[in-house]
Amino acid sequence: MTTPEERIAELLRALPTPPRGWIEAAKELPTARHELDTIVERIERDAQFRALVLADLEEALRGEGVEPTPAVVALLRRHLEQ
Amino acid sequence: MNAASDAELVARCLAKEQDAWDELVDRYARYVYAIAARVYRLERSDAEDVFQEVFARVFERLDTLRDVDALRPWIAQTTRRCAVDALRRSGREPPIDQLPDEPDDSLARLDEAMTVHAALAGLSPDCREILDRFFTRDESYRTIGAELDLPPGTIASRIARCLARLRDVLQPDTAPRGGKKADRPRVG
Repeated sequence: MTTPEERIAELLRALPTPPRGWIEAAKELPTARHELDTIVERIERDAQFRALVLADLEEALRGEGVEPTPAVVALLRRHLEQ
Repeated sequence: MNAASDAELVARCLAKEQDAWDELVDRYARYVYAIAARVYRLERSDAEDVFQEVFARVFERLDTLRDVDALRPWIAQTTRRCAVDALRRSGREPPIDQLPDEPDDSLARLDEAMTVHAALAGLSPDCREILDRFFTRDESYRTIGAELDLPPGTIASRIARCLARLRDVLQPDTAPRGGKKADRPRVG
C-alpha cells in the first residue's frame, strides 16, 4: 500500500524540471516579439523578403541582425503559419 | 507565500508585465515539458521545439482565452496538439493503438502533480529546495549535500521530514499538531 508521502513523492517526480535554457528562452518572448515587429512588417509588404524567410528562417533573421533564439524562431514561425 | 491565481497572472500578462510572464512560464514549464517528454515521449529536440512553440502560442493568443480560469486545460490542449504535430513531422506518428497510454489519465495525474507543486509554496525555502533538487532535478544525496553544505547522511531524513510537512500542507486535517481544516485537494 502506498503511503501519502510515497504518493506525494511520485507526483513530485511526475513534473521534472526542463533544461534551464528552455525556460529562459520562453521568458524572452515579450522582448523577442518586440524585436520581430519590424521584420514581421517587412514580411507583410515584401514578397521577396517573405520568400527568403520561408527558405531559411534562421539565416534571414541573422541577416536582419536578430539572433535566431528558439523563442524568436517559434514566434516568427507562428506568424508565417497564420 | 501567496501565489497569484492563473486569472490574476493572465490579467497581468495582458497588461504586458514581464514579471507576470516570467511567473507564468515558471508555473507551467514543468507541465508542458512533462506532457511533451513523458506523455508523448518526444525526443529531446522535438520536445524543445514543442516547448517553445507552446509558449509562443500562449504568448500570442493569451488575449483570446475566454475563460481565464481555464488556462491550464488550454495549455494542456495546446501542448497535446503541438506534440501530435511534432510526431507527424518526424514521421513517427504512432498508430492509434500505440498513442500514449490513456493520455487523459496521464494528464489527470499531471494535474494532481501541479497541485502538489503548488503546495510547495506552503513550505520553508529550505524544504522547497531540497524536495525540488531530489525529486524534480533528480540530484543525488551527494550533490545536494555538497550544494547545501549538509552531510549526505542527513539528506534522507530531511527529505522525509519535508515530505511529511508537504503532506500536512495538502491534508491539514491529518497534521499531528492539529490545525484548521482547509478545503484543500487530498493526496493519497
